[in-house]
Amino acid sequence: MTDITSSTFVRRNLLTERPAPVKTTGFVGLMRTRLFNSPTNILLTIVGALLLWFTIIPSVRFLLVDAVWAGTDRTACLTENAGFVVGACWPYIQAKLPQLIYGFYPEAERWRVNLTLFLAAALLVPLLVPRLPSKGLNAGLFFFAFPVVAFFLLHGGGISGFGLSWTAGILQLFDDSIIGAGQVLLNLSKTSAMAPLLWVIGNLVVLVGTAIYWLIFPLTSLRDQLQGTGQSVWADFAITAVIVSLIAFVLGGGVRTGWRALASSFATFVAIAIVIKLMGLDHGGLPIVQTGLWGGLLVTLVVSVTGIVTSLPIGIALALGRRSTIPLIRIFSIAFIEFWRGVPLITVLFFATYMLPLFLPGNFTVDGLVRALVGIALFTGAYQAENVRGGLAAIPRGQGEAAAALGLSWWKTTSLIVLPQALRHVIPNLVNSFISLFKDTSLVSIVALFDLLGSLRASFSDPKWSTPSTAFTGFAFAGIIYFLFCFGMSRYSLFVEHRLNAHRRT
Amino acid sequence: MSDPIVKISGLNKWYGEFHVLRDIDLEVKKGERIVICGPSGSGKSTLIRCINALEEFQEGEIVVDGIELGPNLKHVDAVRREVGMVFQSFNLFPHLTVLDNCTLAPIWVRNIPKRDAEATAMKFLERVKIPHQANKFPGQMSGGQQQRVAIARALTMNPKVMLFDEPTSALDPEMVKEVLDTMVDLAEEGMTMLVVTHEMGFAREVANRVVFMDAGQIIEANTPNEFFAAPQHARTKLFLSQILR
Repeated sequence: MTDITSSTFVRRNLLTERPAPVKTTGFVGLMRTRLFNSPTNILLTIVGALLLWFTIIPSVRFLLVDAVWAGTDRTACLTENAGFVVGACWPYIQAKLPQLIYGFYPEAERWRVNLTLFLAAALLVPLLVPRLPSKGLNAGLFFFAFPVVAFFLLHGGGISGFGLSWTAGILQLFDDSIIGAGQVLLNLSKTSAMAPLLWVIGNLVVLVGTAIYWLIFPLTSLRDQLQGTGQSVWADFAITAVIVSLIAFVLGGGVRTGWRALASSFATFVAIAIVIKLMGLDHGGLPIVQTGLWGGLLVTLVVSVTGIVTSLPIGIALALGRRSTIPLIRIFSIAFIEFWRGVPLITVLFFATYMLPLFLPGNFTVDGLVRALVGIALFTGAYQAENVRGGLAAIPRGQGEAAAALGLSWWKTTSLIVLPQALRHVIPNLVNSFISLFKDTSLVSIVALFDLLGSLRASFSDPKWSTPSTAFTGFAFAGIIYFLFCFGMSRYSLFVEHRLNAHRRT
Repeated sequence: MSDPIVKISGLNKWYGEFHVLRDIDLEVKKGERIVICGPSGSGKSTLIRCINALEEFQEGEIVVDGIELGPNLKHVDAVRREVGMVFQSFNLFPHLTVLDNCTLAPIWVRNIPKRDAEATAMKFLERVKIPHQANKFPGQMSGGQQQRVAIARALTMNPKVMLFDEPTSALDPEMVKEVLDTMVDLAEEGMTMLVVTHEMGFAREVANRVVFMDAGQIIEANTPNEFFAAPQHARTKLFLSQILR
């Protein structure tokens, strides 16, 4: 024993390290300190172990151990042929994989789907990795150029005009509906009790419509002349390019500072021209594949990506509208949000698919997939609006006041100060809604769209693969696919949250 | 130093039925430093918030550097470009770095190229003595540092008038001094300042005039010497006796 009570002390032998009397590290330590350190924990550990035993073990047995991995039809997956109780029947998935991915998309055209998915990945991945440069161009390509290219790739078809024709067409449609409304009023005036009033209003409306007709006449006649020439698309394209570039040049500041805008406008049109030429859009484009033939994972991805990309702006606009000081905007936003939140998605899809065509004029049809897309986007948009509103409410009033005091307008305050903070607050909620949207896309199968789950269920009826475990295998496979996408979104959102909230870590 | 840069005449404001500002007349000359004090709820913050139209008012007129601000709040943007403001709770933008806080308005309101805006911002951050913190986020700084950043942020817009709404009330006692020192420096450079504060030492040292408000009206206005040595109104005497105890 060293005498440490004496005033001077010099250690003669350095003490060697020795193991702790009770092990607190490693596996044994973990057991002692975390799993079996109290009666409650012992009980919980046992219950947990049992739960794992009864879930993990059977899953692994079903998916891997007892699974059949090779075969050409159902016989391989029957217990009497395999010699054991068969778990997952993977050859069935292998055989049905094209159907699960493409649906009834014609086999010869499936490269178009592959190319679209490849383009999507090639544009999306760099967008998601923060370190990579030129986010603005990347986002522009993904959110604006890609949807158009994807449409012509997946759906096919060409264009018969460009900006000028489209503008003329929209204006003409608008004008036609005005004149049409006027004529309806005139017809009513023949039978109604308020005949003189209706007659006056009807004539006025028709007059306005006719005035607009002559106002847009130069545009429509130019369009008709262009259609007469052999090169209508390119002529229209050139005119549109010149007009848009000129506008960009003037808005960009004219001779002094407008050159940049002119250059980017020019570059954009060159890119569009290349796309039109490459895809042959000026003479019919790719063969048309009706959306009724689309199916499987393709439909799931089209519906969910479109829903995700469009619902967020809708939600932001509605959330801002709900806080607007202008009564009309506020009331509209509230009514819109409450309507969509009060209706089940299934009802929305049913309505869009089966009821809407009854209300629309006879010659006016909207593609079934598009109807479902719009329904889902608006439905999710209403939910996102409430999520965003939660974030907006968390921003102190002083933020807006400070921005206003610096002279920032409402739009700049909102887009630079309020929204960036509000959206960061609600990333978990937003992604929650995205994940729920992704899974809700499976509901489109009830309106005759064959998404991943729909295609899967359709494949169950194939007698060639009818075995006791077919359905279980299929659902397990679909579950794994859905889980991978949802888990991926979840993890990425955590990453984004962590990164964007750098300012909250001190 | 003779023409008024801020001229408030006949200003009346109501919150619903509550008459919060009553017949305020006040002229501020270029380069003048005015301290506004008074009990809480006397309308002093509301008054200076009217000057850059953060509050609307129902009667009267405010003219800032020749720009007229009436009850319909026309010319709000023009006035706000002339007037800088510092808040009690700093109101820095927490998601932006200190430097970005200071360059945001010059870039987006005045369309100044980013590089120039950053150079200007660094100049003002040096003036408030925190250039080395430029890349930190506001949440990583002390209250006194945040308030000095807020002053620098307001200065980057080259305002002709600076409004301070109780700039030291939310600070620990130790940090009050660093903010007051910054404000004294600013005053010595000739900035026109309207300061709502209870820091009577600052008022004595810096102010040209002290304005005492109660119940939405100006009770007394005088030079600091006269104001503290010989208050005229009974309400002023009571207030001073309580605050200077």
